[in-house]
Amino acid sequence: MEHTSLLERILRGIALALVVIFFMFPIVWILMMSFQTNETILRIPPQLVFEPTLANYTALITGKLMTAAGTLDIAFMRNLCNSVFLSVTSVAVALLLGVPAAYAFARHKFRGSEDIAFTLLSFRFAPALLVLLPLTLYFQKLGLANTYIGLIWVYQLICLPLILWIVRGYFEDIPADIEYAYRIAGHSWFATFRKIALPLAGPGIAAAGLLAFIFAWNNFVFALVLASADKQPVTVGALAFITSSGIQYGQISAAIVLSITPTLALALYAQRYLVEGLSLGAVKG
Amino acid sequence: MTAATIQRNRPSGFRISKRVLPYLLSLPALLVCIGILIPFFTSVVYSFQRYRLSQPWARQFNWGDNYISFFTDPKFWNTLQVSLLYAGITVVLELLLGLGIAMLLQKRSTLNNFISIMLLMPLMTAPALAALMWKLMTNPGFGVLSYLASLIGLQDFRWASSPSTALLTVVLVDIWVYTPFIMILLLAGLRSLPTQPFEAAALDGVPRSFVFFRITLPMLTPYILTATLFRLLDSIQQFDIIYAMTQGGPGDTLTVFQVEAYLNFFQSTNVGRSAALMIILWAITYFLSNIFIKNWLRLRERARGQA
Repeated sequence: MEHTSLLERILRGIALALVVIFFMFPIVWILMMSFQTNETILRIPPQLVFEPTLANYTALITGKLMTAAGTLDIAFMRNLCNSVFLSVTSVAVALLLGVPAAYAFARHKFRGSEDIAFTLLSFRFAPALLVLLPLTLYFQKLGLANTYIGLIWVYQLICLPLILWIVRGYFEDIPADIEYAYRIAGHSWFATFRKIALPLAGPGIAAAGLLAFIFAWNNFVFALVLASADKQPVTVGALAFITSSGIQYGQISAAIVLSITPTLALALYAQRYLVEGLSLGAVKG
Repeated sequence: MTAATIQRNRPSGFRISKRVLPYLLSLPALLVCIGILIPFFTSVVYSFQRYRLSQPWARQFNWGDNYISFFTDPKFWNTLQVSLLYAGITVVLELLLGLGIAMLLQKRSTLNNFISIMLLMPLMTAPALAALMWKLMTNPGFGVLSYLASLIGLQDFRWASSPSTALLTVVLVDIWVYTPFIMILLLAGLRSLPTQPFEAAALDGVPRSFVFFRITLPMLTPYILTATLFRLLDSIQQFDIIYAMTQGGPGDTLTVFQVEAYLNFFQSTNVGRSAALMIILWAITYFLSNIFIKNWLRLRERARGQA
């Protein structure tokens, strides 16, 4: 396998370059567009060299877009705050509920435990709208439609199964003997859980939390169905941009850049755990 | 043994709480389960009803009518066809590309690791936002891809706004977002393969193609299966990319299951038909996910063994 000819190395190099270009180009291009004025964006052929401007970002952050016709309000910062709030709270709730449950599933084989775990897992693969559409009608009756509580509740459908299955695997990897030894020393169940199991499964819990955050942040359909403009996260908000009049392409690009930066940064930070998390522990990275 | 004796010596109050404890801990998960199952069964009920939000008074059970009418409904067949086509094309292309890229990056080197981390970025981009990015790039007025298409002689190439190329465009976005998923799973698989068979084959001077088809592929099969089924399950339910890109259009070119159900529910307010569509999609995914979960559990056991 090692003796590669020069020709082969060149071909490999070209193939890799093409791969990198294809997957990186959209991100680079949108990043460039976000620093351009509408005039440079609309120029044909597209410009590679241009005078960068921060106007798009200032318009988004201040929420005021100055146009010839007057000032236009942009609610993008609101969307961004919603995304942060919804994702952080959902993951926190999911961790609070999911980690103890994962521990129970890993340590105690009790009646129905597999059934619960599998129901959760199988709905990870079920169509989202199957559950969402009836929920919209229920939510309207319950007064949960377009509330943060309702959304956070629904977000548990993404976060909880993920956390349950990944963290469970980590708990199962801890030898039960360590915990028995600690119990024999006279410590309570809770102390064992807090002092032994939690720290040992710590990296797994962190990874599951990060991944759940990314999934919650990237979710689109839940908020599209259940939230109206003032509660919408960036994924839905940015889409509304493209149809609303007056907002320019540079601002849309800047909004996209601001919206994808948090997940990309987290992913790069946590890339070690991604393989395991994405495959729900089926493939160790 | 020791643990059991210790437990027997505990006061009886502890033993009860010990029995209840796991249930108590998993109660939230159980509640979420119930929270999923109630709307699920509601969907089943809706799917057997004539139920339009615009005519609530006419709501009644029509039993299988929603399903039976699908047989003669060209829109349903279009939905089924587009969904299967979309899932088939994306999964096959992503698998081939993902396997190719994984093999390019197989050797551990700084550059390869750097590239494989970089390729995670599309995967971590929200699919709806990815669709938006491609929408900007394929804009007929200023889109850089429209410009590039015109350079190679495709004047007035309409991308997602023409029925003949809409599917191609959303498939391209899907490939951009999800190929890295298959790539990183297969890369992890490739790098975990034992080295001996390859060394032996190299010593014997076995041709490359033989090594690939007779050693690499068979050993990689469980990973390929997992990645494929994972993607197939997601892809047949794709909503974000298609809805964000074209809302199922132009016309009904891209009304895949979830998009069609969404439009039925919110535009034609036909809850019954929407629910029936979702039940059919659910049946398909349930069938696939059962195969998937079995295979996945086997792989998971194996990964646990190696860890």
